[in-house]
Amino acid sequence: MSVLIVIDHSDGHIKKSSFEALSYGAKVAEIIGTTAEGILLGTVSDDLASIGKYGVKKINRVNNESLNHLDSQIITDVLAEAVNQTNAKVVVFSNNITGKAVAPRLSAKLKAGLVAGAIALPETANGFVVKKTVFSGKAFANVAINTDIKIISLNPNSYHVAETDGTAEVAVLNINVGSPKIKTVSTAKASGEVSLTEAEIVVSGGRGLKGPENWGMVEELAKLLGAATACSRPVADAHWRPHHEHVGQTGIAIAPNLYIAIGISGAIQHLAGVNRSKTIVVINKDPEAPFFKAADYGIVGDAFEVVPKVIEAVKKLKGVN
Amino acid sequence: MKILVCISKTPDTTAKIAFKDNNTKFASEGVQWILNPYDEWYALVRAIELKEKDPSTILHLITVATADADPIIRKALALGGDEAIRVNADSHDSYFIASQIAEVAKQGAYDIIFTGKETIDYNGSSIGGMVAGLLDVSYISLATKFELNGLTATVTREIEGGEETDEVALPVVVSCQKGVAEQRIPNMKGIMGARTKPLKVVEPTSVDALTSIVSFELPPAKAGVKLIPADNPAELVRLLHEEAKLI
Ligand SMILES: Cc1cc2nc3c(=O)[nH]c(=O)nc-3n(C[C@H](O)[C@H](O)[C@H](O)COP(=O)(O)OP(=O)(O)OC[C@H]3O[C@@H](n4cnc5c(N)ncnc54)[C@H](O)[C@@H]3O)c2cc1C
Ligand SMILES: Nc1ncnc2c1ncn2[C@@H]1O[C@H](COP(=O)(O)O)[C@@H](O)[C@H]1O
Repeated sequence: MSVLIVIDHSDGHIKKSSFEALSYGAKVAEIIGTTAEGILLGTVSDDLASIGKYGVKKINRVNNESLNHLDSQIITDVLAEAVNQTNAKVVVFSNNITGKAVAPRLSAKLKAGLVAGAIALPETANGFVVKKTVFSGKAFANVAINTDIKIISLNPNSYHVAETDGTAEVAVLNINVGSPKIKTVSTAKASGEVSLTEAEIVVSGGRGLKGPENWGMVEELAKLLGAATACSRPVADAHWRPHHEHVGQTGIAIAPNLYIAIGISGAIQHLAGVNRSKTIVVINKDPEAPFFKAADYGIVGDAFEVVPKVIEAVKKLKGVN
Repeated sequence: MKILVCISKTPDTTAKIAFKDNNTKFASEGVQWILNPYDEWYALVRAIELKEKDPSTILHLITVATADADPIIRKALALGGDEAIRVNADSHDSYFIASQIAEVAKQGAYDIIFTGKETIDYNGSSIGGMVAGLLDVSYISLATKFELNGLTATVTREIEGGEETDEVALPVVVSCQKGVAEQRIPNMKGIMGARTKPLKVVEPTSVDALTSIVSFELPPAKAGVKLIPADNPAELVRLLHEEAKLI
């Protein structure tokens, strides 16, 4: 019996959300009285033994370059076999792009119940119940998984990374890999930027910033804080900012530790994508802006005066000129 | 070409979220229902565009829901599509829903199955992947563009930190998000026409749900905002550093 954690990676490096999934999976293993193992499909340049520090005893690998690419059909077949070989009773994914493509498919293949978007450890006093977000972060549901094998897809930034000392044994699983049917013809990645879903701090701008030419201060503040940038929907619709920055009900849902909203009114559909942020700062010139009701800290003022002063203060704090 | 679009009904995006019966059920009294935005704006509109390009395309809509979804189905048909299929069941288990869709899809031999990126109520992002798994066909999630060249689809999708463009042979299941199409408003002709389009009701096949909702909760209320004077933004930075310890 084991808890099997799917380790996701891109560009040869393991993602932070996978460290969260590993820490979470290790704790689940403790709860149900078994051991945690990782499974890594494809090729990475990171040192795998050191991943033991997140509480897993063993990393299973399937070294095959075809698996670097997201073809859920062949990945699912390999994972199903890995579940079988490791006798996994719980499979943990990060609910990121890979998790969203693969976990449901594995669920269907194994007839194993899935909770997608989990935010807490399972309760096992009465069955196996996992809390997840519903209604776009406006509520939570406690969902019982009623099958022998259980699949949990953990929302990024909802479980802390827990480090111990310890190294993992690395073993290669012998599993056949099918031939991919999805052929990639081109890739466009914004390099050097902090990924929005994994970012701990996000600086976001709305229509109050008047035009794309005014985003310099948003980017500068984000850079100083090591933050990702985001925007409201009308801003993306007007092509002031790229679509992938659009957060909210119909954009990306995020849960950073700190969300700084500048010139955003805080419409309910915007809040739906950011209300799981641990701390929210709102800068808006209208004291009646609904966003202040959801905020922890606020400044009622003109962004064009306030934000440069915030930047100055951050520079001072960080000792940069 | 045969296309199936999966649609679902969700509470309006501004609906008040509350629960009843000891927090075991969504309190739907007075709630306005809408077509799930991803299904309506992106999946359905793209399918309609493909049919406009090639009028021989057969376009079916499917929903797994009880009769109270009928007005939403008519609204979808007013945008376009030849007929709708409603599998007469009420479930929040993704596997149950996906199994019903897969059953209809098998019989209809569709070339393309579109879903939305996720439902804005239960937020599973799961149905598309499950349907693809049950049919054992390719699945492209989070598409932002979809083009058809004969029996090959060229799909751009979101990947971590960017986008990639893929080619895939039909049949395929694709989940759609912003970029795939532009929202449309139904016109009078569409609305009138929708009344006479077939809405077939089929009974569900027997499938065991794999999960069940035990209860709902609302998030704890916020303590209230701490306001900092506009002439002293440095105080905000100090609080974030010393009190919140976030920067
Ligand atoms: C079905 C549906 C789905 C939606 N999905 C989303 C979504 O996913 N994400 C999303 O963001 N929206 C979404 N919306 C739109 C949403 O309802 C709002 O219209 C939108 O969020 C408003 O964006 P905004 O706050 O940038 O602009 P506005 O509402 O125009 O607000 C601008 C704010 O800036 C302030 N301001 C102006 N000048 C300054 C200044 N100089 N300094 C400081 N503050 C200033 C104003 O006081 C105002 O509060 C959706 C709507 C619908 C109907
Ligand atoms: N009851 C349903 N009937 C038909 N299609 C559905 C249903 N629920 C969800 N879908 C489709 O599956 C997509 C993803 O839903 P979900 O996995 O619930 O987030 C939705 O955008 C719809 O296209």
